[in-house]
Amino acid sequence: MNNIFVYCEIEEGQVAEVSLELLTKGRSLADELNCKLEAIAVGHKLNDVPKQVIPYGVDTLYLADDKRLYPYQTLPHTSIVVKLFEEQKPQIAFMGASSIGRDLGPRVSSALHSGLTADCTSLVIGDHYDKKADKNYENLLYQIRPAFGGNIIATIINPDCRPQMATVREGVMKKEIRDIKYKGKIIQLEVPKYVSDEDFVVEIIERHMEKSKLNIKGAPIVVAGGYGVGSKENFQLLHDLAEVLGGEVGASRAAVDSGYAGHDRQIGQTGLTVRPKLYIACGISGQIQHRAGMEQSAQIIAINTDPEAPINAIADYVITGDIAEIIPKMIKYYKKNTK
Amino acid sequence: MKAYKIIVLAKQVPDTRNVGKDAMKADGTVNRAALAAIFNPEDLNALEQALRIKDQYPGTTVKILTMGPGRAADVIREGLYRGADGGILLTDRAFAGSDTLATSYALGQALKKIGDVDIIIAGRQAIDGDTAQVGPQVAEKLGLLQVTYVEEVVELKGKSIVMKRRLDRGVETVKCQLPLVMTVNGSAPDCRARNAKSLMMFKRARTVTELQKENEDYTMLYNDRPELNIPEWTVNDIETDASQLGLTGSPTKVKSIENVVLQAKDSKVISAADAQIENMMIELLESHTIG
Repeated sequence: MNNIFVYCEIEEGQVAEVSLELLTKGRSLADELNCKLEAIAVGHKLNDVPKQVIPYGVDTLYLADDKRLYPYQTLPHTSIVVKLFEEQKPQIAFMGASSIGRDLGPRVSSALHSGLTADCTSLVIGDHYDKKADKNYENLLYQIRPAFGGNIIATIINPDCRPQMATVREGVMKKEIRDIKYKGKIIQLEVPKYVSDEDFVVEIIERHMEKSKLNIKGAPIVVAGGYGVGSKENFQLLHDLAEVLGGEVGASRAAVDSGYAGHDRQIGQTGLTVRPKLYIACGISGQIQHRAGMEQSAQIIAINTDPEAPINAIADYVITGDIAEIIPKMIKYYKKNTK
Repeated sequence: MKAYKIIVLAKQVPDTRNVGKDAMKADGTVNRAALAAIFNPEDLNALEQALRIKDQYPGTTVKILTMGPGRAADVIREGLYRGADGGILLTDRAFAGSDTLATSYALGQALKKIGDVDIIIAGRQAIDGDTAQVGPQVAEKLGLLQVTYVEEVVELKGKSIVMKRRLDRGVETVKCQLPLVMTVNGSAPDCRARNAKSLMMFKRARTVTELQKENEDYTMLYNDRPELNIPEWTVNDIETDASQLGLTGSPTKVKSIENVVLQAKDSKVISAADAQIENMMIELLESHTIG
């Protein structure tokens, strides 16, 4: 049976959020395709992994446990995943579009000569008719992502090569436990059969990981700025508003590239995906890549000098004007009406 | 070892960061003519890392390898102006329609022909696709180790190299042996500017195709100054399996492309007038969106 596989990232025994989100998506696609959902975790001291992942509807969990396998290294993890995929022949494989998944995914896809689509924003099952070959393909994975500066949305397929591989950013898919008592099988891989000593050529001298101090993903209110904010100084206005409302500050890629805000605040296809109660977009034109990271916000306010800005189309409130005038008024009338 | 052989993989990309309103044609296709073609930003960070090694170890050679249409020779010239020693343009219709895997295969075959490269350095990703796949895939094709997201080469001594990597939530310092493929992050130092001496020396650097178009006889010049000749490699110059090239060699296919159509919401359009802003804040408070 050709199943769906999810590579689970591990940091200090904890399965990454993005992996759990992918398991959730994988479970629903497995139901649709009537196949199994399988997962692979590679690392050390993986005792707690089964109880973290099986409730997401994992039918088979493969564990490769060896002290040399944590932290992540390219070659040994690639060897294990490639060999397991050669044995199990999955039809679909997902990885997080993270530091690890974007290092591992392309290496695995090259070794297996299978197609990989990066940073998908939607994954659905569909058919395809190839006119040239007069051939019909059923139940392919449509890998949907914005492309080319966000002006187009491309649907990518891998008609002939398996597995069909995709990476997805953290926060794009929703995380949902299938059944806390879900019954899944655990298979311990015999590590020496999957990796050779020659795979361990990198010495990790130092490693310093920190939990992000920002909690933009979990913030009920996000005040985000774009290129139109104009300067790092003007960005302070956004911080002022966020502080008063109890929110966090986000930024578009253009604002990050211009140095107005740090990379860890970037919202959009190649940054964070947020779903706050209120998203206040300041000086953001609203290219699709940005909208991909915020359009599911419950309410959106767009403040822009350009009345034609694309973001206005998805906003609940459209304010045409200068943020330097509007933000202080929002603060003033918030304070006045909450006293 | 006192000198290294370095190849920088660079790509000419449309400047998607500055997409204007005329970037799309009325029929929904991309208007490439309206987008400037630039040196992919992170490939410039990669070039800088290569040039720093050359600064430290004189005698090191830094050459640019780029795949693309004829005009991608601009990327090689730009590299020469900033301190590279040479470049190769890989160009052929047979490469058209390549996805990342077919691109990596072609680049890998060209690198095999170049041979004995100590360090292959590329930008982490190109701004037209943001996939970050070509670096690791080239490494796999060549059977080399890859070290991704490099921000700094901390130490290079003989065949031993120490690099600092920038990860999603931290930094990692790793040590390994050459040869390898390194991909460089945008957070690494910016590339040095063009220098006047190199600009003067290489401003007439051309590919054969360009020379033919310019319709001038530079034969003498190129016989005397071979460094001005930018080698142009076609599919016939490298060993390839046709089934792995271009569209045929690409496992991923574009099924469809849609122009982005916005589902317009029923927006309230307001002005910056005090009464309107206050009214909005009251509505948001009443609906418990804020407060």
